[in-house]
Amino acid sequence: MLHADRPTVSVAAGKGGTGKTLFATSLAVALNEVQPGQVQLIDCDVEEPNADILLHPQIAEREPVKVLVPEVDLDTCTRCGRCAQECQFSAIAVIRDAVLTFPDLCAACGVCAYVCPVGAIAEVERQVGIVERGMSPEGIHFVQGRLSVGDQRATPVTKATARMVDVNMISILDAPPGTACPMQESIESSDYCILVTEPTPFGLANLQDAVETCRRMELPCGVVINRDGIGTPGVTDYCTAEGIDILLRIPQDRSIAEAYARGETLAHSFPQWRDELVDVYDAVCKFLRSESTLTT
Amino acid sequence: MKIAVACADDNLEAAVDARLGRCANIVVVETDTMEFEVRRNPGALAGTGAGVAAAQLVADAGAVAVIAGNYGPNSLSAFAAGGIKAYIGAGKIREAVQALVDGKLEPVQ
Repeated sequence: MLHADRPTVSVAAGKGGTGKTLFATSLAVALNEVQPGQVQLIDCDVEEPNADILLHPQIAEREPVKVLVPEVDLDTCTRCGRCAQECQFSAIAVIRDAVLTFPDLCAACGVCAYVCPVGAIAEVERQVGIVERGMSPEGIHFVQGRLSVGDQRATPVTKATARMVDVNMISILDAPPGTACPMQESIESSDYCILVTEPTPFGLANLQDAVETCRRMELPCGVVINRDGIGTPGVTDYCTAEGIDILLRIPQDRSIAEAYARGETLAHSFPQWRDELVDVYDAVCKFLRSESTLTT
Repeated sequence: MKIAVACADDNLEAAVDARLGRCANIVVVETDTMEFEVRRNPGALAGTGAGVAAAQLVADAGAVAVIAGNYGPNSLSAFAAGGIKAYIGAGKIREAVQALVDGKLEPVQ
């Protein structure tokens, strides 16, 4: 689903701490300079959202995210145990005469209610997180998801957050680290995935996982190398061999780390980076246009 | 009576496992005869809910008490609700079961 001339770009990485949020927020700020009020930043890292620290949005709306969990009518229940046998997450147990549900383990699949031979299980709503929307002082449309403290299953909240993509805007999705379900749920809403990595053997191993994930999802991807200049040439060699575009290199530079530690993006503290960041988005647009011409 | 014991191995001379949820096997011992059967713990490799899966196995095996080195909160609440007594034990399974029969084991509060 190509979003016309304003493709939605996700920013992901096979591991945490590579610079996803630094890059995503910097890209949003730089693009907002050239297209004021037309940029949306969506923080899908619902377990630890932190883009707000750099963008300082005023949150105006909050919507709860709810999932369906089982509620057992103990008078109707025959204690047959079918629900516990079928549940793949051990979220329901029949221990002798007692029936227990563990909502934090529940994946909300509904199989317990489906297999119950006497209809003793109802599915009831349970809040697992929140989606917040607002605006940064410079006019970036801001969305972030937040998983409830103590809850383990991020995916429903990620999904609800990623659903806030406005196709009429330039949307940047900041994905959670890794390549598991929440990451996939985030990048699925995008037209192109930018993978941020460090040029180290560790960075390369995680990048390979992330590239493989994108390829299986048939999502085009490119690479941003952060802390360029350290490590080994492995990442560059891999990208060359695999035909993956290296969109930007952010050098290992103490002043960038210092600015980030003060809560500033690249685009805020180093205006010279703005053009390069805008160029990254333009390169992505150009690539997607050429792809769609090729396939149609 | 039947007692379920967390175990990494498959016999009564093996040690009680330190954890219920993640132990490899659960040995179910009939205390009258000391006959036993070994059941693979589905919780051993579960992503989440290991304690619940192990507790379900213990209940399905018909055990009235369980011995392990330690328990997680989910299995303990399951045992409490189902009236299965959970005990802290260590050392050889045979000796731990005997200690339970002799009333020398500490039940978990």
